[in-house]
Amino acid sequence: MLYNPPSPLETRILSRRFGLPNSASLDTYLATDGYKAFKKALEMKPEDIIEEVKVSNLRGRGGAGFPVGMKWSFVPRNSPKPKYIVVNADESEPATCKDRLLMEYDPHQLIEGMLIAGLSVDARVGYIYVRGEYRYLIEILDKAIAEAYAKGYLGKNLLGSNFSFDAYTHTGAGAYECGEESALLESLEGKRGIPRIRPPFPAVVGAFQCPTILNNVESISAVPPIIRDGGAAFAALGVPKAGGTKLTCLTGHVNKPGVYELPLGFPVDKMINEVGGGIRSGKKLKAFIPGGSSCPVLTAAECEGLTMDYDAMAKKKTMLGSGGVVIMDEDTCMVKVALRIMRFYAHESCGWCIPCREGTAWIRKILTRFHDGMGRRDDINLLGDLAKNMLGRTFCPLGDAAALPTISIVEKFREEFEAHLDGKPCPYERELVTA
Amino acid sequence: MPASVKFTINDRQLEAPAGTLVIEAAKRHGIEIPSFCYYEGLALQAACRMCLVEIEKAPKLMVACTTPVAEGMVVRTETDQVRQARKSMLEFLLTNHPLDCPVCDKGGECELQDMVFRYGAGESRFTEQKIHVDEKQWSPVVFYDAPRCILCFRCVRICNEGMGVNALGVINRGAISEIAPNHGDHLECDECGMCIDICPVGALTSGTYRYKTRPWEMEHVGTICTHCSNGCKTTLGVRNEQIVRGNNRDRSGINGEFLCVKGRYGFDFQDHPDRLQSPLVRLEGKLEPVSWSKALEVVARKFQDVKGNSGVFGVIGSNHTTNEENYYLQKFARQVLRTNNIDHHRTGDIVTLLDAVSGNPAALATTRDLYEKKAVLVIGADLALEQPFLAFQIRANYRHHQAHVYVVTSKPVREDNYAAAFVRAEPGTELAAVESLREKLKGEPELVILYGDAIKGGAVRKLVEFAVSLGIAVRFVPLVDYSNSRGAADMGLLPDLLPGYKPLGLTGMTVAEMLPAEDLDLLWVVGANPLKSGKLRAKKAFVVVQELFLTETARIADVVLPAASAYEKNGTVTNVCGEVQRLQKAAQTMGAKPDMEIIGLIAKEMGAAPEMGPWLPDKVFEEIRRTVRGYDIPVEAIITGGAAQTMPVNGRIPIEVRADAIRSAHDNLFTSGTLGRYSKMLNSVLEKRLNRE
Amino acid sequence: MTFSPQLEARFEKLLTSYPPGRQRSAMVPMLLYAQDEVGSITEELVEEVARRVGVTPMQVEEVLSYYSMLHRKPLGKYHVQICTNISCLLTGGAELWQHACRKLALGHKEVTADGQISLEEVECIGACSWAPALQVNYDFHHNVTPEKLDQLLDSLRKAQ
Repeated sequence: MLYNPPSPLETRILSRRFGLPNSASLDTYLATDGYKAFKKALEMKPEDIIEEVKVSNLRGRGGAGFPVGMKWSFVPRNSPKPKYIVVNADESEPATCKDRLLMEYDPHQLIEGMLIAGLSVDARVGYIYVRGEYRYLIEILDKAIAEAYAKGYLGKNLLGSNFSFDAYTHTGAGAYECGEESALLESLEGKRGIPRIRPPFPAVVGAFQCPTILNNVESISAVPPIIRDGGAAFAALGVPKAGGTKLTCLTGHVNKPGVYELPLGFPVDKMINEVGGGIRSGKKLKAFIPGGSSCPVLTAAECEGLTMDYDAMAKKKTMLGSGGVVIMDEDTCMVKVALRIMRFYAHESCGWCIPCREGTAWIRKILTRFHDGMGRRDDINLLGDLAKNMLGRTFCPLGDAAALPTISIVEKFREEFEAHLDGKPCPYERELVTA
Repeated sequence: MPASVKFTINDRQLEAPAGTLVIEAAKRHGIEIPSFCYYEGLALQAACRMCLVEIEKAPKLMVACTTPVAEGMVVRTETDQVRQARKSMLEFLLTNHPLDCPVCDKGGECELQDMVFRYGAGESRFTEQKIHVDEKQWSPVVFYDAPRCILCFRCVRICNEGMGVNALGVINRGAISEIAPNHGDHLECDECGMCIDICPVGALTSGTYRYKTRPWEMEHVGTICTHCSNGCKTTLGVRNEQIVRGNNRDRSGINGEFLCVKGRYGFDFQDHPDRLQSPLVRLEGKLEPVSWSKALEVVARKFQDVKGNSGVFGVIGSNHTTNEENYYLQKFARQVLRTNNIDHHRTGDIVTLLDAVSGNPAALATTRDLYEKKAVLVIGADLALEQPFLAFQIRANYRHHQAHVYVVTSKPVREDNYAAAFVRAEPGTELAAVESLREKLKGEPELVILYGDAIKGGAVRKLVEFAVSLGIAVRFVPLVDYSNSRGAADMGLLPDLLPGYKPLGLTGMTVAEMLPAEDLDLLWVVGANPLKSGKLRAKKAFVVVQELFLTETARIADVVLPAASAYEKNGTVTNVCGEVQRLQKAAQTMGAKPDMEIIGLIAKEMGAAPEMGPWLPDKVFEEIRRTVRGYDIPVEAIITGGAAQTMPVNGRIPIEVRADAIRSAHDNLFTSGTLGRYSKMLNSVLEKRLNRE
Repeated sequence: MTFSPQLEARFEKLLTSYPPGRQRSAMVPMLLYAQDEVGSITEELVEEVARRVGVTPMQVEEVLSYYSMLHRKPLGKYHVQICTNISCLLTGGAELWQHACRKLALGHKEVTADGQISLEEVECIGACSWAPALQVNYDFHHNVTPEKLDQLLDSLRKAQ
């Protein structure tokens, strides 16, 4: 049972099996070209596997958008240390709910991706770090893993080769910061999810201090299609420098919220109005977040002519991010949005570094007071100032993730802040939301 | 030798070995980059972000504490952007940090105060509620105030990495993160107080020092701790002649940032109410207070009598008195009293070692060697408890240089946790256990061997033979117990050796022989307590005791002379590794006199002052430098507060050490002979620990 | 401490899932799975897990206090976690939260007197396109309306 109906405008590569009966089973997978890419990869040279991924222009689908093939090439394959594949299934970026579906409906695609990644750097063990709240997916993944072992797609000497691979699931327990690669690795080692000093990066010093490929679920899931049908084919689906498709999560004030697989470069207005069925209740678009709450917010005007692509978003001084799209209509209180977003980051800040720990807490307090009607005029500039003091100065990108949306909202929706001054009630609310 | 790298900081062309951190390179060239969490010798954190600097070609500000210098790197540390960043970090920090300065012990020596003064804003823009949590007490000494904590994690690192105790951790997340003790609401640890002194602010404060004074009201006197043999510098804070605290935040001294509970808190014996402040003379069976002139008169007359009748003297010296006092005492005994019955409570066999390694000038290790040499072997000693600074050096050696540590002890010790190999050996079987490590030890490029009192007499020779047979460079540390145990031996408080280990050619009585001697006429005890566990046979012997307290020995004495403690006089002491350092007088107890002055006054009373020479430490030290082998050290080194290496290894010492004369007291972190008994602080900690067991 | 055979089996599998000498990695999964069975992370459980993975109790405390899903006090048999983060906020999640609080007379992380239900206002649970959403223990409920919430809470009250 799918959570939302598919859209005819989708290009379903990674999600091709969504909706099939027993889509998660090995039989279904094998009947739909499953593990063919792995068989092909077994005959390829490791460098060629990596090259194919580079050719595909696949960029990290977790949020950072770093070219996946290049990341793989940083792993010192000849290191005497064992190497690992770690899948980041911590999916906690607000507005993001796509990795969930890939694991629920097509766990074998993920496993096959891990195998191919393993071949490219001679890694023999893989871990899928799943956020604690996704317990049902651990059961699904464990079942798929057991099936794979039973039928010889995991374990020793796979398909008669001398390549062996073991895969495990590992649960988190509620921490957004554990989606940050190095914090995830710390959590995997049984410690507090505090990021590591970088460099060195996980490719060289990763899981258990060994070289590691660490990628998002969607990134790894894209690997079997890339190897099976060729990197060029994948690249062609997208735009130059950003190949393939992206599972996009439409959320907020649209008529047809849902997860849709759209090619990179898909126009934003088509996405909102055709895929998403337009804004609810005939309202107008006020604000737009392209990829999770860590992105700067765009006004409706800024969305004109915009496409869902890493570089196009960067030009508009925001990010494609995780693909968690938030659509806000004209009745949305942007101050409340800013508050709720900062509340999230203050709650999730790991506490390691001063600017994030103290900055998120302070900004949250100001915004709470502001939304409650006790804001001062100076606070508006102070908010932007404090957020800028955090930007680029924190130990990990969480500080930036907290600062960027705040700065954008204060700059672009300043009049909404002014409307809350002098004890005036929130123009959009009758009830106050306790923060 | 790592390649040298050229770079620029603030337009100055500089050079440093490749791999040097920018913050370190800057410091070495006199450029200060502020930081809280960066602490030399401890794991890098990059948590406080105070050290953000501009590096050309970097897209954003970079932290100087984890960035190594690179060829051609251009660094700027004083641009507007950098200044603004520092200001903003401090502003963030002050949002939850309470303005406790008026009531906070750290005021006046607080790094946050200093930073805010130098780099911070004059006003706060924070008008919200601060997060408040009540202050907690974690141990008799350690208080933690979470709101003041800036979460620099120095305390956690020093406790875990530095001390290997692992008593502190971090709990919660985000702005409500806190430091936590290992037992929920209290600490079970060595009570060393390292966490308190390393804390840059007043989050961790000392229960013994709380609310007593302000740092600028104290005189800070750097002297050498009077407890164990490691020779740590402790800076005593003295206010109105009273020692109020001890610490080493200035990190001067061979001990760097290390100081144990005894060095830090074990000073309160100094003003214990039971301190002897008046000479006592036994009149009609009872010890009565008398004047100094009276007491000295009694003593001098008795000395003359015994000498005149060719009576038998017994002189027992101290493990705590200065080199000058030891030298002076043995000079008095030998030249004035004409006796060689002089000894002290020996806690380690130095003499056999010096003989066995004679001719090898590089056979003795320094405390620096313990940090630098690639392999260390510990035999028969629980270093963390008995020789804590030596343990710290070895642990740091392991942490920083991956040194190989080998342990041969009868019980588990902390060094096991990072030893390359450890062997449990019943007392008496240590050498066999050491032999079992032969192959491993042979593979080392060099070795330092520390041995306790389990290895003495012939066993020391066998140990040296073993070391020679390894075919590698080996250095030794003969472990001894007390602050000047080494100096006691170096200065000839021995019945068969003169200062500098010159053989006499004959031997007097040891302590073990004096006590049961029926014909002992006079027993003179200086800073020792032989009758704590021994019995004096000669009931008619006249006993003169120089001591701080009415110990078991003093209680039966005929004359008791109140002595000054090490914190109340000048002079030098020599640590277990032969490093000689100067004491500095910090306080004074009315009525007590330094032992050397007492001896000098007795000499004067006996008319022997001219031949004894002045009882001034500097003058006596000059004589020591001239006449004692190995003490020909550059005086400038110690005058400026440093340590100088003595090297008494210079030839055979053809005597047979009486192994039974050597016995370590195996004091641990909470005991320290007589001084420990009178330290309320150490006793309260000890009591708490015993109650827990 | 004794656990059910299934939990013991899970622990055993965990301890073999990581490289040699890396049993500490089992700590967070162990704590979470044990919490599901025991109800909360008790002192006893802390010591048990510490023993099994070879760390000190304090190291377990450090870790458990970091993760939001690990708690020391028992919550309800049915722990209702309502998301009010951005996508749920925009579609009525905050109103759902207030509705639940009023209906059960509970606040954040509070438990009904009979221990049956507890409430928590949570951060994004990953159901953003089907918001507003909530979890009851580990089960997802999507597109929750006030009516659906009422039905759900009523059924939880009576559930075994």
